[in-house]
Amino acid sequence: MIEGLWLKTNNRHYYEIYKLWIKIFAVAFGMGVVSGVVMSYQFGTNWSVFSDRVGNVIGPLMGFEVLTAFFLEASFLGIMLFGWGRVSPRMHFIATIIVAIGTLISAFWIISANSWMQTPQGFEIGLDGRLYPTNWQEIIFNPSFPYRFLHMVTAAYLTSAFVIGGVGAFYLWNRRHRPQAKIMLSMATLMALFVAPIQVFIGDLHGLNTLEYQPAKIAAMEGIWDTEKSAGLRLFAIPDQKNEMNHYEIVIPHLASLILTHSLEGEVKGLKEWPKEDRPPVAWVFFAFRIMVGIGFLMITIGLISTVYYFRGKLFESRPLHAWWMLMMPSGFIALLAGWFVTEIGRQPYTAYGVIRTAESVSPAIIGPQVAWSLLAFVVMYTLVFGAGSYYILKLIYKGIPKGDQHV
Amino acid sequence: MFDFSTFLDLPFIWGALIALAIFLYVLLDGFDLGVGIIFPFAPSEKCRNRMMNSVVPFWDGNETWLVLGGGGLLAAFPLAYAILLPAFYMPIIMMLLCLIMRGVAFEFRFKSEGKARALWDYAFHFGSLGAAFMQGVILGAFVQGVNVTGRNFSGGPFDWASGFSMMTGIAVVFGYALLGSTWLIMKTEDITQVWARKVAAYVLAFVGIAMILVSICMPLIHEHIRHFWFSLPNFYYLLPIPLCTLGLFILLWHDLYRAHQEYRPFFLTLAIFSMGYLGFGLSIYPWMIPFHYTLTEAAAAGPSLSLLLVGVVPLLPLILGYTAYSYYTFRGKSDHEHTY
Repeated sequence: MIEGLWLKTNNRHYYEIYKLWIKIFAVAFGMGVVSGVVMSYQFGTNWSVFSDRVGNVIGPLMGFEVLTAFFLEASFLGIMLFGWGRVSPRMHFIATIIVAIGTLISAFWIISANSWMQTPQGFEIGLDGRLYPTNWQEIIFNPSFPYRFLHMVTAAYLTSAFVIGGVGAFYLWNRRHRPQAKIMLSMATLMALFVAPIQVFIGDLHGLNTLEYQPAKIAAMEGIWDTEKSAGLRLFAIPDQKNEMNHYEIVIPHLASLILTHSLEGEVKGLKEWPKEDRPPVAWVFFAFRIMVGIGFLMITIGLISTVYYFRGKLFESRPLHAWWMLMMPSGFIALLAGWFVTEIGRQPYTAYGVIRTAESVSPAIIGPQVAWSLLAFVVMYTLVFGAGSYYILKLIYKGIPKGDQHV
Repeated sequence: MFDFSTFLDLPFIWGALIALAIFLYVLLDGFDLGVGIIFPFAPSEKCRNRMMNSVVPFWDGNETWLVLGGGGLLAAFPLAYAILLPAFYMPIIMMLLCLIMRGVAFEFRFKSEGKARALWDYAFHFGSLGAAFMQGVILGAFVQGVNVTGRNFSGGPFDWASGFSMMTGIAVVFGYALLGSTWLIMKTEDITQVWARKVAAYVLAFVGIAMILVSICMPLIHEHIRHFWFSLPNFYYLLPIPLCTLGLFILLWHDLYRAHQEYRPFFLTLAIFSMGYLGFGLSIYPWMIPFHYTLTEAAAAGPSLSLLLVGVVPLLPLILGYTAYSYYTFRGKSDHEHTY
């Protein structure tokens, strides 16, 4: 988008901003590629029974992701990063757009596969215990897919908005690159103002959908043990899985029912409705959900305050506000991870919800020590890689925009 | 639900498509892994920058073929995916770790200097070397076959480690080094090219030895392979394969000493790889999990394969098209400047 602005206005500032962010994008993309390769093999190495049984259904979704998205991104990324001067600016812009579209298509398929695992349908179970597809539309557009997809894409935009805003605030704080920093912070403010509330709205819809298909997950998110009418919203609590209760509850009466059923008296099912072995680990889901929502509302607040400051002409001057923006830089990532924690841990103990349990899905020949060493190796490797990646990204940001880059 | 399996041999088509994806992976990622293998032996820092720049626009596209191999196997042959991947657990994990290491080294190297840069250079080299070796090991272990009970792998964690798989591992390292060095002959000039020619000539000898050794061992592994190659009249039909390979070796050897042949060595190497791959493919066919399940037995359900085929038929030419466009955009010699 920034490149589009540059081509349209021919304003050098846009070009410089683009050049800075493209370097950061390159580092992040490199890390994304290598972890993507890993995922396409882990299904087989560690989840072989799962792969064999549901392969007929989700295999094609994964296949399509690679075919429609990965190649598109990888090929045109090369042109986008290294093609300056080798292709016309127009073609370069097209390449950039293609990369953006590729990432969206990729998200489409992977979220579709994941959503199917949450709300499986459109298949039958054969005599051999394997799943056979019966309706592709039902499989791809399964009930939780549209909500999860929108929620995730919006989350990704918000995350980048807050990173960009944070960097803009950082430059303003240090009194460097003022014109470019102003553009960055303004764009981020605009995103936070409009997109963050939309995200809350989508999240609400997503929650209602989960209530319909995975009520146990909702019960865990809300920390509700006994089925309640006019359930209260637990602002804080420490769930106790063993004794089936919460400690230190702070409850706002009626609010959970209001949010989930849109009525003050609505009934919300409690965890005790399910046998103990069918319940997800409550505390993880409960806290992850609160972290995600908390950050969401913090984002809205920052967006509102920044807008007010903008109209008072103080957005680019207020140092406390800039400090807040800098603090919020990693917030999107944290919220994103917390959200995935909610949805993934919330569907336990199943891999495909209600169809295959996690414990049944693993590779039988791969025993403890092998899983342990490979997990450890990946943890060490990812820590190294993401540590180094973050370091180089921060270094790029710190270095800022090079002076006299005449490579237009 | 549409299902073409009534009039198309879908398992065969998909077997061929996956074989093609893996082959393209071997050729394409082969040259950039190869560049990594010979990387630290280059005569100067400038050469190394030049080498790096010659592969940097392509490597992630090349590696995508590997993702397609994995994703395609899951989609089209879930049983093979579920048996082979646990069987090669350790080499696959090691390969992935190596690929991560070298993949990030591309980006990080350009952003660091001094000691840190030397560190990423080594990460790039050892990552490439390890990944190539592990791929060869997996290939060897695959040909030897795995222990299967029912629909699961039932062997031990070190079943893949054998003399033969070590040999194929080393063979692939030399093979990739040959691809990498002939790629550099094409993409560089002056001292880098002169050096690449020397490396290619040196490596070529080892590739020849490795190919002969593997060819001797293959028929000894399984009755099926021996019978396929040495029964009459098969023997006469198949004779052109080793003869062609020999011819290609001789031609390549000559080209390495002819300064005006800058492009042909790379394409000759591609042809040699094709011959080797053809030999492997023919030996294994029709097995998907050697000597337990055939292509048909391991294939996914008809509707799944049909849906995928509907996607692949228009997409594959498109992918090949823009891959070619990307290579065309970055044609010519690479330089040692920072490119972006």
